[in-house]
Amino acid sequence: MTYRQARWTREGCLEPLVFELSRAGRKGTSLPPKVLARIKIPDKLIRRSLELPELSEPEVVRHYTRLSQMNYGVDLVFYPIGSCTMKYNPKICDELANAEEAACIHPYQAEETVQGALELMYRLERYLAEIAGVSRVCLQPSAGAHGELLGMLLVRAYHRSRGETRTQVIVPDSAHGTNFASAAMAGFNVVVIPSNNRGRVDLEALKSAVSEKTAALMLTNPNTLGLFEDEILEIAGMVHEVGGLLYYDGANMNGILGKSRPGDMGFDITHFNLHKTFSTPHGGGGPGAGPVGVVRKLEDFLPVPIIEYDRKRYYLDYDRPNSIGKIRSFYGNFGVLVKAYTYILMMGASGLEEVAETAVVNANYVMRKMADVSGFEVEFDGPCKHEVVFSAEPLKRETGVTARDVAKRLLDYGMHAPTYYFPPIVPEALMVEPTETETKEELDRFIAAMREIAEEARLNPEKLRAAPTATAIGRLDEVKASREPILSWKMYRKLAKE
Amino acid sequence: MKKLCLIVNPIAGMGGRVGLKGTNGADIVAKSLELGAKPVSPVRAVEALRVLKKSGAEFELITYPAEMGELEAAEAGLKARVIGNIASGKTTADDTKRAAKEMLELGVDIILVAGGDGTMSDVIEAIGTRAPILGVPTGVKLHSAAFANTPEVAGQVAARFLSEGLPLQEAEVMDIDEDAYRENRLVAKLRGYAIVPYEPVMMQTTKEGSTGFELADQKAIARWTIELMERGRVYILGPGTTTRAVAEELGIYDSTLLGVDLIYDFKLFARDANERQILEAIDGKPATIIVSPIGRQGFIFGRGNQQLSPAVIRKVGKKNILVLATPHKLSLTQTLKVDTGDPELDDELRGYIPIITSYLQTHMVKII
Repeated sequence: MTYRQARWTREGCLEPLVFELSRAGRKGTSLPPKVLARIKIPDKLIRRSLELPELSEPEVVRHYTRLSQMNYGVDLVFYPIGSCTMKYNPKICDELANAEEAACIHPYQAEETVQGALELMYRLERYLAEIAGVSRVCLQPSAGAHGELLGMLLVRAYHRSRGETRTQVIVPDSAHGTNFASAAMAGFNVVVIPSNNRGRVDLEALKSAVSEKTAALMLTNPNTLGLFEDEILEIAGMVHEVGGLLYYDGANMNGILGKSRPGDMGFDITHFNLHKTFSTPHGGGGPGAGPVGVVRKLEDFLPVPIIEYDRKRYYLDYDRPNSIGKIRSFYGNFGVLVKAYTYILMMGASGLEEVAETAVVNANYVMRKMADVSGFEVEFDGPCKHEVVFSAEPLKRETGVTARDVAKRLLDYGMHAPTYYFPPIVPEALMVEPTETETKEELDRFIAAMREIAEEARLNPEKLRAAPTATAIGRLDEVKASREPILSWKMYRKLAKE
Repeated sequence: MKKLCLIVNPIAGMGGRVGLKGTNGADIVAKSLELGAKPVSPVRAVEALRVLKKSGAEFELITYPAEMGELEAAEAGLKARVIGNIASGKTTADDTKRAAKEMLELGVDIILVAGGDGTMSDVIEAIGTRAPILGVPTGVKLHSAAFANTPEVAGQVAARFLSEGLPLQEAEVMDIDEDAYRENRLVAKLRGYAIVPYEPVMMQTTKEGSTGFELADQKAIARWTIELMERGRVYILGPGTTTRAVAEELGIYDSTLLGVDLIYDFKLFARDANERQILEAIDGKPATIIVSPIGRQGFIFGRGNQQLSPAVIRKVGKKNILVLATPHKLSLTQTLKVDTGDPELDDELRGYIPIITSYLQTHMVKII
């Protein structure tokens, strides 16, 4: 299969920004003047100048269609980006989330008029609690990292309620990058502990780190190496013994659905990435949802409101004196909750279990097949869970070609790159999470591409350093992109002026 | 086109295999040859150059005659402009220093220095931090952080520096007193600092709270260290750029880079203090030692900071040692080492300790 991404240009430049396409007076809507005349808007609420682009409907549709053609998405290509669970999201989930009953309700509507929505959230909470082995779940956080922050705020509230000031949160060096930031944002100091030579938490290091200052340990299991922390019960024991709590980062839940539950492993707080595990298209900033589940002793601290049912009606309960308060406006990203609910109902308990099984089998298939592709190695022995981390160090030593070059070259094969250089404890890391929605043929195509790329590295390393060449734009200056991003039309215009 | 200069110290590394612990000084060279030592430096320099050639990076290669670079360049199949004059077969440290100076005058973009700690010390003595340097490790002693891990890595980093540009950082140049070492005493001196390119290999380290940029990380470490400081306590600031950042964050700009400074009530109390002065200053006062791993091997005591003697460390107490290291530095060393000269104290210091790696962040690292 050959691949060539669309490259839309105008006068030699890539597709212009929507603001640049704007022409004064063009519009894609016509509002009824009689109706408008009847609406009296107070003068002080009217904005006189509104800097929005002015375009016709076909211009807008074409603009965004062209942009989408210069992009990768899981609806188009294999997308093995580890730790992100970019699996196919069934269209039925979108359909229901976009249904009028779900999409057109307003958070200020009276409770009696949104009983269906409240029931959906109430039931979703029960399902998630069962899946994670926790007692209650707050559906409000808008993203995984938002859930982490809530988790850390709950940790703080718990210790405070016991009259304790605990300052440290322990995070293994294989943890998700956001864990460090979330703990710090909630006011904790972060203590990083190294992994052992099996890619798991080093118990000796953990022992040296736990103390009466320990507020919590943040862990994901399976960890970012795709390995199950088989000493999790010892780990939980060590943290609980000093009075600390355990926080489960739910980013990797796709590998354990129906198989093991964070609550049973000893975790006190668990977050979910509904957009990863429970079928919401994601990437690019949302909307997502990062619900947080807790064990019984932490229930009282959950944000308000929580959804209750008195056998007659569903209602929002704000009467919770020990609650940490609000974590966001209203009740969460409802559309994402609808998708998750649909997905869970559609799959059923046995279906969810099969998701984990297939995701794990697929990752192990890729790992075993890649064993005969010279240039890549797996640092830690034994089977993996839903993802596998390869090191391109042998290829780099042999040819000078790096993991980054390999990742970029994969784009030319019509596949999205794996996560690379993460986790940072593996040199030249390529983190592959195939997910359960890929066929054997697709996995074989990926492995064949990796084999060809390794061959290219030996015969023509220049080609790899120049990759990608089949995409709309070539290799970006990543340092510049992450240090000097231009995030809005305003910033762009300001820079152009300077 | 960028100018890459190459200085090979042809005799570096010869003393190693024959057990002479180094090759500084003409008599030792003679002795090495007598003992049957064979040149190793040129071979390893060629390895780095081959990687550089294979990378396809474009550059003008300028080097010194014969075994100081000309022959190695030819061996690797690279065309070179040859400058200067040497007495082939009888090169000395003066040739290295002269070469570095002449290359600096030509407006060099980077100098590849193939040698060991002695060679690197000679180069920075001649040109300081006026041009970026990258060490190709070919010598016996490789304590300086200015060396890449292997000749291949040196070639790769140089290639990336030339083709893509890389940020620069300061790196310690250390040398060991060879005469003392031959008598089984280890006295490491911090000779100074070189400017070296560094490859932020893992862009993703940004996710971990590290910016991937040494200076920003040092500033973050300094901020938190200062928040942990209290009045009425003596802070003993060891050598290095990370500890210097703490002084600078306090508004102290005349701290010593290579020596030990004392800070009291957020002010510079004594500069470049020796062991006796430190002991006097902490007599009857609580004190904290603030150190950063020195050089490539991750020593926190016993290399380049001998003023922090066993007596000083014991008096301050293990609990009152703050170790600072940027994530980048930590990724190079993995474990820390101590060699205070007092084996019993070394044993007490071993085990996991927290290292400040960023604002609000510590790493548990093992001292082995």
